[in-house]
Amino acid sequence: MAVEILKENYAGKVLSMTIGVGDRAVTVGGATALPFHSFEGEVGNRPLIAYEVLDTVPEDPPASLQEELESVWDDPVKWAKYCQDEQGARAIALRLVSTDPDGQDASPESAAETVKKVLDAIDIPLVILGCFKEAKDGPVLKAAADAARGCNCLIGKAQEENYKTIAAAATANGHKLIAFSNLDFNLAKQINILLSQADFDINNIVTDPTASALGYGLEYTYSVIERIRAAGLMQNDAMMQPPMFLDLSSVVWKVKEVKASEEDLPEWGDRTERAVHWEAATATSLLMAGAEIMVMTSPRAIQTVEKTIDQLMA
Amino acid sequence: MALTGIEIFKHLPKTNCKDCGFPTCLAFAMKLAAKQASLEDCPHASDEAKDFLGAASAPPVRKVVVGAGDAAWTLGEETVLFRHEKKFVNPSAYAIQVADEDPELAAKVAAIAAFKVDRVGEDYGVNLIALQDASGDAGTFSAAVKTVVEAAPKLGLVLATRKVDLVEAGLAACEGKNPLVYGADADNIDALLPLVKGKASLVVSASDLNVLSDLAEKATGAGVEDLILDPMPANAREALERLTQIRRLAIKKNYKPFGYPLWMSAVHEDPQIEGTLATIGTMKYASVILLSELRAWEMLGLLTGRLNIYTDPQKPMQVEQKVYEVGNVNGESPLIVTTNFALTYFIVAGEIENSKVATRLAVQDVEGLSVLTAWAAGKFTASKIAEFIKESGVASNLTRKEVILPGYVSVLSGTLEEKLGGDWKVVVGPREANQLPQFLKTCAQG
Ligand code: B12
Ligand code: SF4
Repeated sequence: MAVEILKENYAGKVLSMTIGVGDRAVTVGGATALPFHSFEGEVGNRPLIAYEVLDTVPEDPPASLQEELESVWDDPVKWAKYCQDEQGARAIALRLVSTDPDGQDASPESAAETVKKVLDAIDIPLVILGCFKEAKDGPVLKAAADAARGCNCLIGKAQEENYKTIAAAATANGHKLIAFSNLDFNLAKQINILLSQADFDINNIVTDPTASALGYGLEYTYSVIERIRAAGLMQNDAMMQPPMFLDLSSVVWKVKEVKASEEDLPEWGDRTERAVHWEAATATSLLMAGAEIMVMTSPRAIQTVEKTIDQLMA
Repeated sequence: MALTGIEIFKHLPKTNCKDCGFPTCLAFAMKLAAKQASLEDCPHASDEAKDFLGAASAPPVRKVVVGAGDAAWTLGEETVLFRHEKKFVNPSAYAIQVADEDPELAAKVAAIAAFKVDRVGEDYGVNLIALQDASGDAGTFSAAVKTVVEAAPKLGLVLATRKVDLVEAGLAACEGKNPLVYGADADNIDALLPLVKGKASLVVSASDLNVLSDLAEKATGAGVEDLILDPMPANAREALERLTQIRRLAIKKNYKPFGYPLWMSAVHEDPQIEGTLATIGTMKYASVILLSELRAWEMLGLLTGRLNIYTDPQKPMQVEQKVYEVGNVNGESPLIVTTNFALTYFIVAGEIENSKVATRLAVQDVEGLSVLTAWAAGKFTASKIAEFIKESGVASNLTRKEVILPGYVSVLSGTLEEKLGGDWKVVVGPREANQLPQFLKTCAQG
């Protein structure tokens, strides 16, 4: 008997967006169906993984990352070039942790310097992340946006408390914006509405619904993303159609499962493989839900996910 | 497929005799539709009505049990496509491949059976052993079946062979164990159906969904209903597409030939890719996931992902509010406060155990939210913590009135000290629980 495949009729689509300039600019989004459902619609552009680069040596990093990145992480320019030239990165995510007021409290000007240096060294798109403290991110991202003028970067994260400053800086310098909300379907919509009311073009936004790591709230992020996708695709809700951005690095690398040694927990198996798997499995789960851009750290985990995406787009 | 009251009413006697305890057949039908009554309450319902309503109220994905006794693992019974709609019901089973001619078979299987990890207070491990017919020989295979059953009495067994004589020999060697036979295809299904009937569940496989559907119908036609379907994807895209297509037809159209749990092989030469493929299976409807070998790091991740995705989207797992004692506490033992989200509690309690410093753990009811979430939601505030600590009466057991606060809510420390009053002292602990052992050891020394 012939099976009649049940195809979903999608009323909406995921918006597409380009970051970076020149030959190596990258376009994401554009799907007209649920993730990788090529049997019933366009899958759109390949999801993008941006390699995380910190502007200072990481504090208390897991041993497995140390093995992979220690030789480059003393200098953000070296680190970024390594990801681009040796690892084949398609984008870099520069995190300006040095600006954290509870840490080094570096000035917006010094952060802008770093942004310039990194941009000079690479020709792939750059994501610029602040330290994620609302008050400080405003001035820092403004300075960074000025310094990166014309490079079509993706900057953020803009939150309810600081979105006006950051959105204005993005518009003035031709950048795209990460709209962050706290793991809640309605808040994810709310921030897009606020930005739209402030005349920020919805086509220049990516939605960050809050990442969570495998074992640490993954299911909440998973379901929020699925619901956002359903609203954008099935109900054609225009405020729920930007590409989805997930900052995995900020949540994966502090959990016990990537840190604990084999001596302490022999039943958890090889520490390095475990850490790579943790980041890759978190990413793969979120790809199933609808992630378009992910910030990740371990080159091996990224390559694992890239190969998985190859298969998903085969 | 949920029926409306009217649809149910059509199948009732329509005599309004009230024997069911409701004034009319229609009133009873409405209660049935709302699942507040059971058809058994109507003594006059016809067999036709029972069949119809029974079939309609059965979940669109059949329940299939693999294994028997301690080894039984239930699959299927799913009702939705997305977990935010309703809780996914029966968690996927992970099956690990072993070869019948492996000289170390017994030891390998014993190691797989012994593997366990603790997550949120419970032990989890591998579910099934998939015995491959590498030898191609019935004698070797049936001896290997016996070895596996003996070495792993609490795990289910997959007889992974398409050879009819091996299936026969294998089944004879594990009588009463209710194994899963992998499997049937267009070539061997006629011979396999009579063999497995009443003794085992059966995987039917075909890469063409039309063929798969035909095979499933053929099996049910022969009275073999405990089926698992393998659409044999060659890559991740095919896996996602076929599993989705099958499950969607079962749930949205009640398409019977696809109303069964699904099988997916994640086996891949690169162990990390195997891990991501198995993750895709876990998230996307696979009920049995085949892995090439036991790797502790991979199982830890998969079991964790499965636990995440099979939780109730409406209510987080919680533990009871009280002051737990971890280790042999005395008056000098430190007192820690945290929230009653099960994950938070078990992580913190686990780290206290690691520290080997006996500690009192005051767990406050915040409706199962994590520390920061509860704080952001206004449920883990200084006054609420103070009230809980005071009412618990823990103070009478302490020589020093000192309480340790999670680092993430350090802002609460001043107000908490005020609210507790008297000679209470509030100490701010580290942020992540994995820094607790170090912290507690220094506390104990200081
Ligand atoms: C899943 C989640 C949710 C889930 C709830 C899950 C749950 N059962 O708690 C939902 C979706 C419901 C949710 C809702 C909200 N959330 Co929320 N949520 C998360 C998320 C992603 C993970 C939380 C989690 O499960 N953590 C794991 C547990 C184990 O962590 P934990 O309890 O903190 O325990 C750790 C430590 O604190 C430590 N620890 C615990 N006890 C103790 C004790 C001592 C003494 C010590 C030393 C250490 C220690 O050990 C643990 C491991 O290290 C976090 C972001 C993140 N990645 O952390 C945001 C997060 C906590 N949420 C946040 C917010 C703001 C909210 C909301 C207010 C927003 C909203 N959307 O409305 C609501 C409030 C809920 C409500 N109104 O009822 C914010 C809090 C921001 C802040 N700094 O205040 C966070 C941090 C997200 C963010 N980055 O902004 N959330
Ligand atoms: S017992 Fe059966 S026949 Fe009698 S009223 Fe109830 S539903 Fe109708």
